Amino acid sequence: MVGRTALRAAAGVSLAYILLPMFFVIWLAFFAQEIPSFPPEGYSLKWFRAVPGNDRFVNGFLLSLQVAVAATAIGLSLGVPAAICLVRGRFIGRETVTNLLLLPLIVPGIVLGIALYVFHVETEIATGLPILGSLIGLIAGHVLIAIPWTVRLITASLVGMDRSVEEAAQNLGADRLTTFRRITLPAILPGMVAAALFGFIASFGNLEMSLFLVGPGRTTLPIAILQYLEWKIDPTIAAVSVLQMLFIGAAMLLTDRFVNIGRVV
Amino acid sequence: MALLQLTGITKSYGDFKAVDDVSLDIADGEFLVLLGPSGCGKTTTLRIVAGFVEPSSGHVRLGERDITTLPPWMRNAGLVFQSYALFPHMTVSENIAFGLEMRKMPKAQMAPKIAEALRLVRLDHLADRLPRQLSGGQQQRVALARALVFRPDVLLLDEPLSNLDAKLRQDVRVEIRELQRQLGLTTVMVTHDQEEALTMADRLVVMSEGRIRQIGSQQDLYERPAEKFVADFVGRSTFIDGRMDGPGRFVSAGGLVVACEASGTGSASLALRPERLALINGAAPPIDNRFPGAVEFISYLGSQVDLHVRLSPKERVIVQIQNRPEQPLPVIGEQVHIGWSKSTGRVFPS
Repeated sequence: MVGRTALRAAAGVSLAYILLPMFFVIWLAFFAQEIPSFPPEGYSLKWFRAVPGNDRFVNGFLLSLQVAVAATAIGLSLGVPAAICLVRGRFIGRETVTNLLLLPLIVPGIVLGIALYVFHVETEIATGLPILGSLIGLIAGHVLIAIPWTVRLITASLVGMDRSVEEAAQNLGADRLTTFRRITLPAILPGMVAAALFGFIASFGNLEMSLFLVGPGRTTLPIAILQYLEWKIDPTIAAVSVLQMLFIGAAMLLTDRFVNIGRVV
Repeated sequence: MALLQLTGITKSYGDFKAVDDVSLDIADGEFLVLLGPSGCGKTTTLRIVAGFVEPSSGHVRLGERDITTLPPWMRNAGLVFQSYALFPHMTVSENIAFGLEMRKMPKAQMAPKIAEALRLVRLDHLADRLPRQLSGGQQQRVALARALVFRPDVLLLDEPLSNLDAKLRQDVRVEIRELQRQLGLTTVMVTHDQEEALTMADRLVVMSEGRIRQIGSQQDLYERPAEKFVADFVGRSTFIDGRMDGPGRFVSAGGLVVACEASGTGSASLALRPERLALINGAAPPIDNRFPGAVEFISYLGSQVDLHVRLSPKERVIVQIQNRPEQPLPVIGEQVHIGWSKSTGRVFPS
C-alpha cells in the first residue's frame, strides 16, 4: 500500500517535471504585458495575432516544414532498404554498420553542423557546385538526423516479424516484390509511421545543426525563434511555441488515426 | 509414375551435411511422412521441395518438370507451416484468396473456390475474422485451406500439429487424412512424433543425421527395422549388447545365450519389443528363450503394465503385460520367468 502510494507520488512528480515548463510556456503566451512578470496584468490573444504577420516566423515555419517533409521522405526511402539489409542480410560488419547509422543521434548537433559546414565548403571548392547554404545542403543535413530514427524503428518492426509469413506468401505464388508490397510493407507500416513521425519532429525542431547550413534569407523556424529572442523577450515566442506544439500534436494524432496499429499488431 | 521425385539431394553447410544423398519417389495421391528426431534433415528436405533451400547437389522433379532451381512462387506446392504463418493483416477469406490472386484469377471465379475451401475446413462462419481472433486449431485449418484452395501439385506439411493440444491433435489428424484422401492430394508431411507418423502415413521415411535410414510401411518399420536406430525410434525396444556366436546364437555381454533367427558373426545388439516378451508360469509349453529374473521396477500404465526385469548383472529388459484382473501383478523383488520366441529378437551388428 505504501509502495503504491510512493510509486504514484514519484510518477506525479516526474510528470509535473515534464509538463510544468510546457504549462508555463502556454500560460505565458496569453499574458497581456510585453515584459513577462508575475502575476500577469491581464490576458490577451494579441501575441497569437502577431505571429501570422511576422514574415520571419511564417517563412521559417514554411521552410522548416519543407525541409522536415523532404528529409523524412528521403530518410524513409533510405532507411527502409537499409533496415532490411541489416536485419536480413548476412555480411561482415553488419553490427558496425548498424551502429554507424545511429551515430548522428549521438554526435552533438553543433559538431555535426560544423563537420557538414566544412564538408560543404570543401565540396564546393572541389566541384564548384553551389552547395554551401543551399536548400539541398540543408535537406541533406536533415536526412542525417532522420536516418537513425527510420533505421532503428524499422529494424525493430522487422525483427519482430515472423519470417515464415513472407515464405508463406512466396509459397502461394508471390514473387519477392509482391511479397514485400503485400506482406512485409503492411507489417512494418506502424514502424514506418513512427519512424516518419520521429524523423519529422527531430528535423523540425533542429537548431544547432541548421545554424551552420542555412544560407542568407533562408531561416528555419527554430532559428527564427532564436534570432527573435536576441532582441525581444515578449510573449510572441511563447505563442509561436504553442502553435508549434499544436502543429506537432496534430500531426501525431493524425498519423495515429490513419494507421490502425491495432489491426497489425 | 512418381509425381514427386528427389534424386541424390544433398545440402551442405560447410562441413555439415544437413541432408545427405536423399532419394525419394512419391506416387500420385500418396501420403508420405518424413519421420525423425530434430536436426535429422527432414525439415530441410521439405524446404528443398518448397524451394526455400537450394540443394548443394541433386534434383527435384515435380510431374514433368525439373523444379530444382525454380523459385518458390513458381512451384505450385502448398505448404502448411508449423507456425501457420497466416497474414495477420488479412481476414480469413483474404488469406485464402491470396494464392488465387497470385494466379490472376478473376474475383468472380474466386468467390466459389474460397467458399468451398472454407466449407472443407468447416470455417464458413469465420470468413471475415482476422487470424488473431481465431483459436490455434482454427488458424491451423485456415492455413490448410489456404494451401489447398489453388489445387497445388503437392501438399507439404511441416509439423502441422505440433502447436495443438493433445486432444485436438487426434481429431485434426483424422481430418487432414480424410481431406487428403478426398482430394487425392500428393502429400509430404514432416514430423518427429512417431504416433502421428504411424497413424497418418501411407509410407514412412525414417531419417537421422541427414540420411534416410529406412523407407517402408508401418509394418515394415515396426516388424523389420533395417537398423538399430529405426528399432529404437519407431516403437520401443530394449537393447542387449553382445555378439553373434554362430548362426541363430546370440551371446550377451552378461552371458545369456539367446536363440534368434539372425546369422553372421561379430559384436551385435539384440532388440526386443517389450510387448513381445511374455511372463511365463511353470506349466507353460516350452519356448525358444526362457530366462529367470527379478522384477526391479514396475510402471503402471492402466491397460498395460511395464515390468523391468533383471536377467543378469549386465542385462535388464522391459516386459509389457496386459493388465487383467484374473492375473495377479508381480511385486518388486519377485522372481519371475520371461520368455520369447526366436523370431522376436532382431539382431543388429554394432
